[in-house]
Amino acid sequence: MTVETNLPVDREYIRSFSAEKGEGQWLADLRLAALEKAEELPLPKADKTKITNWNFTQFPSHTVTSEPFSSLEELPEEVKTLINMEEANKTLYIQRNQTPAFLSISEELAGQGVIFTDIATAVREHSDLVQKYFMTSAVQPDEHKLTALHAALMNGGAFLYVPKNVEVKEPIQAVYLQDNSEAALFNHVLVVADDNSAVTYVENYVSTVAAESGVVNIVAEVVAGTNAKVVYGAVDNLASGTTTYVNRRGVTGRDARIEWALGMMNDGDTVSENVTNLIGDGSFADTKQVVVGRGSQSQNFTTKVVHFGKHTEGYILKHGVMKDAAKSIFNGIGKIEHGASKSNAEQESRVLMLSEKARGDANPILLIDEDDVTAGHAASVGRVDPLQLYYLMSRGISRHEAERLIIHGFLAPVVEKMPIEGVKQQLTRVIERKVR
Amino acid sequence: MTASTLTIKDLHVSIDGKEILKGVNLEIKGGEFHAIMGPNGTGKSTLSAAIMGHPKYEVTQGSIELDGENVLDMEVDERARAGLFLAMQYPSEISGVTNADFLRSAINSRREEGDEISLMKFIREMDAKMDLLEMDQDMAQRYLNEGFSGGEKKRNEILQLTMIKPKIAILDEIDSGLDIDALKVVAKGINEMRSEDFGCLMITHYQRLLNYITPDVVHVMMQGRVVKSGGAELAQRLEAEGYDWIKQELGIEDETVSQ
Ligand SMILES: Nc1ncnc2c1ncn2[C@@H]1O[C@H](COP(=O)(O)OP(=O)(O)OP(=O)(O)O)[C@@H](O)[C@H]1O
Ligand SMILES: [Mg+2]
Repeated sequence: MTVETNLPVDREYIRSFSAEKGEGQWLADLRLAALEKAEELPLPKADKTKITNWNFTQFPSHTVTSEPFSSLEELPEEVKTLINMEEANKTLYIQRNQTPAFLSISEELAGQGVIFTDIATAVREHSDLVQKYFMTSAVQPDEHKLTALHAALMNGGAFLYVPKNVEVKEPIQAVYLQDNSEAALFNHVLVVADDNSAVTYVENYVSTVAAESGVVNIVAEVVAGTNAKVVYGAVDNLASGTTTYVNRRGVTGRDARIEWALGMMNDGDTVSENVTNLIGDGSFADTKQVVVGRGSQSQNFTTKVVHFGKHTEGYILKHGVMKDAAKSIFNGIGKIEHGASKSNAEQESRVLMLSEKARGDANPILLIDEDDVTAGHAASVGRVDPLQLYYLMSRGISRHEAERLIIHGFLAPVVEKMPIEGVKQQLTRVIERKVR
Repeated sequence: MTASTLTIKDLHVSIDGKEILKGVNLEIKGGEFHAIMGPNGTGKSTLSAAIMGHPKYEVTQGSIELDGENVLDMEVDERARAGLFLAMQYPSEISGVTNADFLRSAINSRREEGDEISLMKFIREMDAKMDLLEMDQDMAQRYLNEGFSGGEKKRNEILQLTMIKPKIAILDEIDSGLDIDALKVVAKGINEMRSEDFGCLMITHYQRLLNYITPDVVHVMMQGRVVKSGGAELAQRLEAEGYDWIKQELGIEDETVSQ
């Protein structure tokens, strides 16, 4: 059976949706053009996973209004544990389904000219800045059906702008809470770090309700200017009925750095692309990703670093644990373009299988069009080592606890990288719950 | 606590269908230190692995009992909690699990839920034992055995021994790969354990370990059996003269298990 490709919205709807949000003409036009593309463009290629009958387009409701939170005390427990409730002067955005539900920005940051706000407000109040970067340099609306659909239907997200020479010390946090099973989410995160700036942004996607056929489509764009540094942490933890497309992409200026720490903990079918385009000479990308698959979910993860600039370095490290009848494909791509001399592309993928029915595939790919470079890859798919189990058990530790230790240990290199303590602990708890 | 007894009777063990142990008899009591010596490939590690329950070793005949309880009926972790401990010849490396977390799990596995050892108490004990064994404090936060040198792994096995305090410990070549100073430190850790409640079986090739830890009984293994037992002087004679005289005495040509 194939899902209807007819979209549940039309031009008229988009026009009025855009007008209601008070968006400039540029965005209304961009949306309408994208809607047309969405009708004709094919789905993205998710190598080795058949996604043609996944539901990315049919959802009960594109606009849902939720109550904002008047104080952090009102937050559901799942969200409270993520944030440092003690810290009064934090920079935090909470979105409830599609509604901006809480925002605080520290005085220091505001004073330095840092902009952090929900995407709709940003479009209204910082139209020029947003227009300059929104789906222009990292992700394009016309790449495939899902980027087009995203541009046409964007109904949530955040904008973060760090001006030149500003180094933000404290991590900036966003929580995207799904507590209405009707709500489809087309979330756009735009992070712009201007020259010589530094910032850490950490986001959580949390479902507190199970959707029957939820649709989430996320595009995150990171633009790192000359010598800028962006650390981007994420824990995706959407419910089993939700089909997710998530595309996180960065572009680097000269000597810029982007570091990703991604905890891919969705319980539903997921297509994830994480791409860093190393444009500027001397720029650097590091991607660390952990995945736990369970139940009968199917997931496809592409992690890619493309080297355009000279002396660029790209590192990919992925660790996945597959249990039950979960299926995952891990495509790791290091691509070095002609002219990107003295560059280095390294990647490592490790998959640990916990059951006979689970499937995990690690496909390391190096595409190199330049002689004067270095590159390497390592990949493995295996089971819990019986000798390691024996060793731990010989100290009195039960089989179950020994397995738990080995699995946590296997995922530790990425979990340890989470920039916010609360988020690191949450990721540990989610892993705990999922591998149990 | 009272002294425990590990009793091994007519033990036959196979690996991948090949019989390695061919009738081992041995009894170790709390308060006793035994040494097992013997040429390479005669079944010493096989014996230790069979006692602990290594998944690849199959007991085809005979019995192992700890204070009358059938050890062969127990899972590996149950054997450990019953009081057995094996310092392995080649300890596993486990990435991402810190030495401290691992040891705390091991200790808590012996305690009831809700009665876990307090973090403070645990850290104090671990610090003290690491001092005793002259281990760098940062070894506590290193991943379990990962990247440890041969000598560091051996010290780490003894650290576990002193923290877990088993009733009966088997130490498989705990002295191999140790420099003289490390050997003294490790021996100090083992000697600290000496009490009426602790029995120990040391597998070794060298008298030098036994200079620091005097055994009550010395056994010689050949062809998958204990072929001779004696006092501490037996080890000294082996060190001086090698194994040929035993082979002659017993009419053994090939001492390995292969015939
Ligand atoms: N999988 C196997 N298949 C066949 N033979 C095996 C297997 N594993 C071990 N062996 C043999 O069992 C015999 C006894 O090995 P074991 O490790 O017990 O010797 P050991 O006395 O501890 O020797 P060493 O002093 O060198 O440590 C050896 O000959 C060894 O080759
Ligand atoms: Mg041996």
